[in-house]
Amino acid sequence: MTFPAFRKISLARREELAAYAFVLPWIIGFLVFTIGPMLASLYFSFTKYDIVSPPQWIGLANYQRAFSGVWDAIRTGDPRQFGDPLFWKSLQVTLYFASIALPLNLFFSFFLAILLNQKVPGVNVWRTIFFLPSIIAGVAVTLLWVRIFNPRLGILNPFLQNVLGIQNPPQWLGDPDWAVPALVIMSLWSVGGSMIIYLAGLQGVPTDLYDAAKVDGANAWQRFWNVTFPMMTPVIFYNLVLGMIGTFQYFTEVYIATSGNGGPQHATLFYNLYLYQNAFRFFDMGYASTLAWILFVIILALTALIFRSSGVWVYYEGQLRGK
Amino acid sequence: MTKITDSIRWLLNSGRGNEIFFKGVTTLILAAGSVLILIPFLYMISTSLKDPAQIRSDSTSLIPRKPKTIEVNGKNEPLYQVTYNGETQEFALIKKIPNGFGQFVDPAAPNEIIELKLKEQRALYRLDIHWENYPEAVTAMPFWRYLGNTLVVTFVGMFGMLFSSSLVAYGFSRFRAKWLNVLFLLLLSTIMLPSQVRLIPVYILFNKLGWVNTLLPLIIPQFFANAYDVFLLRQFFMTIPLELDDAAKIDGANPLQVLMYIILPQARPALVSIGIFHFLYAWNDFYEPLIFLHSRENWTLAVGLQTFDAIYTINTHLIMAVSVLMIVPPILLFFFAQKIFTQGVVFSGIKG
Repeated sequence: MTFPAFRKISLARREELAAYAFVLPWIIGFLVFTIGPMLASLYFSFTKYDIVSPPQWIGLANYQRAFSGVWDAIRTGDPRQFGDPLFWKSLQVTLYFASIALPLNLFFSFFLAILLNQKVPGVNVWRTIFFLPSIIAGVAVTLLWVRIFNPRLGILNPFLQNVLGIQNPPQWLGDPDWAVPALVIMSLWSVGGSMIIYLAGLQGVPTDLYDAAKVDGANAWQRFWNVTFPMMTPVIFYNLVLGMIGTFQYFTEVYIATSGNGGPQHATLFYNLYLYQNAFRFFDMGYASTLAWILFVIILALTALIFRSSGVWVYYEGQLRGK
Repeated sequence: MTKITDSIRWLLNSGRGNEIFFKGVTTLILAAGSVLILIPFLYMISTSLKDPAQIRSDSTSLIPRKPKTIEVNGKNEPLYQVTYNGETQEFALIKKIPNGFGQFVDPAAPNEIIELKLKEQRALYRLDIHWENYPEAVTAMPFWRYLGNTLVVTFVGMFGMLFSSSLVAYGFSRFRAKWLNVLFLLLLSTIMLPSQVRLIPVYILFNKLGWVNTLLPLIIPQFFANAYDVFLLRQFFMTIPLELDDAAKIDGANPLQVLMYIILPQARPALVSIGIFHFLYAWNDFYEPLIFLHSRENWTLAVGLQTFDAIYTINTHLIMAVSVLMIVPPILLFFFAQKIFTQGVVFSGIKG
């Protein structure tokens, strides 16, 4: 298999050509499905575009729509002053969910991982059970939880009433104050996904560190606080970044639980759901692109922020070795 | 008595007692947590086997059941286990009366009415499982059509992903070229990229091509590799000794043959692992099918089931039946490939 043209070029050049040939599928995909569309959506964010008629340049109007009235709203404390109150509502809903779900997820998954890292009888069975919900996430699970939360037909409220003796259990997804907590509970059921990552991290902690701590007379709590926790901070950090990004892209569960409306009274209008509504319900592709770019900037900023603050409390083993 | 407290004290004082105590508490917490995890599953399965009347009147029971009845004076009356005259007997409830009392009769002597407090008696049930919900559910919606679409999207997409990611990962792991490192960094930078920022133009592109409302938008992009899978495969390819490549090259193999006959057979665990993760992703994906598929005959299971729920939400038994069917393949896969799951996470998450 030698082509005449191939013989004339050097071996190094041939290797280069082969390399580019092999990575070509990704390069094409990157141009057609990533960088091209990104630039296009940046352009659309400065236009009025409904797919049917060609995009119409409107400058910063979409960005103004999102951000106008911020000052007035803060000054007067009246959310109606926002140019687009729903945009701010969606940010608020998303951050509210993140502020409850992420700490709880961190606590439960880390706690479970520590328990499942002990040599207890049947540990593999327990691990399997806790991990199971995270592989079936999606439509079926959400339809199930919608029914569990149902005040008339579900099992949660009868349990709260008859077993725990709570007189007026919440209406969950039907109550603006309880809809987000309901979604948090649902997300905690799948805590096994991050649990397994912590478990892998725990198993990576070198046992000689524990032995050394024991020799120094450290008790179980001190061993946890001075060995396990510092060794695990990179993993915690990794899970936090992913969790934050995940919250800004949270969609399937809330779409199904609220038929895509983000109700009741916009209580579950997550950022990504609002973006979807603008793009594929109102066909306001220009404004939806603006929201997408704001989302992109938020995620970049969050990642950068957590990365920068991580220097204070994240411990990488390599750093110490480097010193 | 002192012997017991002494031995407890001994256990607590020796390290061994502490350990047993900790293990006991750990097991207890794990068992309690497992119950919380499993109850929703049981609720799903039991609801899928109930009829609508059972769901309305007996929703909290995790066993599909109906009240036991008995014919009394030509009418079917519910049967209760009651304590009467110090004896446990089975009586029929013929009428509920105020103040929480009920009128009971002994089916053997139906003319003597006995008034008893309802709360203190136990209603008797019999198992009443509605297996027919499953055949009914798969005919109430075009289940097989949805399943077919889902399988096409999942497996053709998986083939495309494995095919393209192998080529690209091979390019990034086995060759030297001037811009290759820059390209690899570019590839890595797209891992965190939110898909929303490119989705709208991609939708418009597919719309222009006439591909919206076909399965193509869900399948074709898979043939152009993705950062996540390329990264995993490249990491794995790097662990395969270069001597194997060299030996094949000396035997006259070209780069493509080296990939096919040396690298890929060695990388089977990694390929299986990313294949499984792709299956789960595609099987459960809702966002993209929702956006790209508009008509019923093209829906995947995820979108089809959601739409069925939106229209016929009252048919909880059928929806739960299809939900059970939908979670069975991922669970089976999980049990067959449990090791790969835990290893795959280690390998993708932090060890990489």
